[in-house]
Amino acid sequence: MDQQSLRELEYRCIQEQPPWCSAACPLHVDVRAFTAQAAAGKWDAARKILERTMPFPGILGRICDHPCENVCKRLEVDEAVAVGALERCCIENSTPQSRPLVLPGKKGEAAVFGAGLAGLTVALDLARKGFRVSLRYPGETFGAGLTGLAVPKEEFDQAAALLKRIKVDLREAEIPDQAALDRLLENGLAVFLDLDEPAARVLAEGETPDAATLVLRRSGLFAGGGPDPEGGYSPIRQAADGRRASGGMDRFLQKVSLTAQRETEGPQETRLYTNIEGVAPAPRIIPADPGAGLSGEEGRAEAGRCLRCECMECVKACVYLENYKGYPKLYARQIYNNESIVKGHHKSNKMIDSCALCGQCEVVCPNDFSMANLCLSVRESMVRRGKMPPSAHDFALEDLRFNMGPHFALAQNAPGAEQCAYAFFPGCQLAGSAPNHVERVYDWLREAMDDSVGLILGCCGAPALWAGERELFGRTLDALREMIRPLGAPTLVTACSTCYDTLRRHAPDVNTTSLWEIMDRTGATPSPAPGRVPAALAVHDPCTTREHPKLRAAARSLAGKCGVEVQELPYNNELTSCCGYGGLMSCANPGLAREVAERRAQQHSGDYLAYCAMCRDVFASTGKRVWHLLDLLFPEAAGENPAARSSTGFSERRENRSRLRRNMLKALWGEEAGLMEPHEAVNIAMDADVASRMEDRRILKEDLQRVILHAQETGLRLQDPTSGRYLAYHRPVRVTYWVEYAPEEDGYRVFNAYSHRMALEGDRQ
Amino acid sequence: MSDLSFLPETNWRCGKCGEKLTPRITNVEYLGNTFTMELLACEKCGLVLIPEDLARGRMFEVEQLLEDK
Repeated sequence: MDQQSLRELEYRCIQEQPPWCSAACPLHVDVRAFTAQAAAGKWDAARKILERTMPFPGILGRICDHPCENVCKRLEVDEAVAVGALERCCIENSTPQSRPLVLPGKKGEAAVFGAGLAGLTVALDLARKGFRVSLRYPGETFGAGLTGLAVPKEEFDQAAALLKRIKVDLREAEIPDQAALDRLLENGLAVFLDLDEPAARVLAEGETPDAATLVLRRSGLFAGGGPDPEGGYSPIRQAADGRRASGGMDRFLQKVSLTAQRETEGPQETRLYTNIEGVAPAPRIIPADPGAGLSGEEGRAEAGRCLRCECMECVKACVYLENYKGYPKLYARQIYNNESIVKGHHKSNKMIDSCALCGQCEVVCPNDFSMANLCLSVRESMVRRGKMPPSAHDFALEDLRFNMGPHFALAQNAPGAEQCAYAFFPGCQLAGSAPNHVERVYDWLREAMDDSVGLILGCCGAPALWAGERELFGRTLDALREMIRPLGAPTLVTACSTCYDTLRRHAPDVNTTSLWEIMDRTGATPSPAPGRVPAALAVHDPCTTREHPKLRAAARSLAGKCGVEVQELPYNNELTSCCGYGGLMSCANPGLAREVAERRAQQHSGDYLAYCAMCRDVFASTGKRVWHLLDLLFPEAAGENPAARSSTGFSERRENRSRLRRNMLKALWGEEAGLMEPHEAVNIAMDADVASRMEDRRILKEDLQRVILHAQETGLRLQDPTSGRYLAYHRPVRVTYWVEYAPEEDGYRVFNAYSHRMALEGDRQ
Repeated sequence: MSDLSFLPETNWRCGKCGEKLTPRITNVEYLGNTFTMELLACEKCGLVLIPEDLARGRMFEVEQLLEDK
């Protein structure tokens, strides 16, 4: 990822865009933070927020003409939040909070003529920046233009005191004539004419200042304030003019460009998106005493109406994005930094490897930001650069190798056929979780389809794709193509939407269809026994069906034909959430994957309907009752209580796959599977808690068998003479496994096992 | 001196020769990084002991650190 792509990515995520109110405010008051404090009744803290951007909150806070209210997002629901009234309420319920900071003295001097809100703001801003500032106004005109507005006199006294405190030379004096003004300008002073002061207006000679810089006529002379061009009087525009002019005068005195990089000053458009779905109407709070304005309590309630506009659409939907406590713009920066460091700790590896790559964020994002594309491309780069932590995906990649190896991979024409038009491709997870369904579906396909249907057991390569292992992914697809070719290039009938999606995207030369579409189209729906099928189920769409509406429709239609009322989860169809397995999240970050699964499982109290074997097992592992679509369609193969069937463990999945291959080869083609490997003859037993520990530690039964076989053959093992138990270790490839065991009558009992990836001197690498 | 020392009280003995385990400096390697650990080992047969809390504790932490380096 280069700087350019980072910028493009960051631009897409709009979470940091200002809310409409702050964008429209000429001073960019942080209204959202202000109302948050106000809603909590923390009026002093709220005032502190006003003080950050607002000059003289004691004055402006009482009389602001609040352009923010014209663009408040709440207008789309009911009425704008009464920000103006809230500011007044805040001023009345708080005291000044921060003493203005004054920067160290700078070269340069400014003269301000006229003490309207614009002139006062210029004096305040420039004095705080460290310039020498004088402010002159004719007698009794302090606060020119503001008389008649609801500002108590003491606020003006306080403003004057504040200016004096920060060393503004503040004096009642006549406004000088043109010649005196010229002299000031010739001496290099920056001069501001407050157009609310009639005598200063005379000096402006009826000209209007440049809108962008407020420069009037000649270099160094600035002007602002005064009556609104469209009539009326806008205090916030006065203050904003003062702010804009002080910015220009600062630049003038420091001899830098008056115009460069000032695009963000003044009212702005915002690209923010805020979803107002589900926002309940709540009308404005009407003060009990309209003359006095909102009371503290009324103010709290009114501030509580603020929606605190932000986007967070993806974060609201995704447990993974929520988990890292930010949003994609921040994550993109963190990932970029992680990519860029040459030496040191790569802090974001786990975050990059934990994304489910499910693509939900891209669909919910108003700007199509895809964490999936970002994380996947970075994973690929990590693999290319040798920076991918081996432990992140090793387990899943080993599983892929197993599934494309002699214990599972198989490609057969239909029994007795030379070629086939279709081939059933159940995928590794259905075969691992419910091998009986694979057998039953294959029988059904051969009966229901007019053409001959072959069988292909193997892997679509998705784990390699997800792990960023492009090269292994390519090799896996090629190996699959090699398996398909001798059968006459049949169309693959997939039972797993991950296989379907992966092959459609990455192997378009392989014809692929889905079992659900075929079953729905064929109309040959099995008739489940009455009473066996639940009345209603909440359907969970696998994340890999996101771009395949026909699959989702076929699954719903089939469930309907079985007599099940299909209920919808929040985030369904193209918005669906991943179960926590996708993208190898459960491999790289099992704890987070579990939380993802649990949160999804809690979204509906009823039993779930899954049509991906992995989704089914993941939900089952959280204790959720879940049906697989095939449990409805083939109830006789589903077992007694399919919704309560527990998740299938890793070792059992492998055993199921090899057994399925062996059984089908023998039953349908009369062939014997190849010989077992020696370790398979090692008979081991363990208690349930040990088995569950092995599952958590991703240690397979065959790993245990290999260690014991090695120890028994070589005699290399430790022994505890008191218990008689053995402790042995063995490193088949990249992981060293330790097993504590003891011989028993017809094999071995395993008491514990653990592993490490570090290699001891002399270990086989 | 070794980078890590791990010499717990243990009942494990060498299962091959029956000898007691004694401390030994052993080289370990991960992702191209080599360092030494002091482990209990059988002087005669070369078998070493890496107890569970070492494998799942300190060693795992070091592995994770090296993976993110």
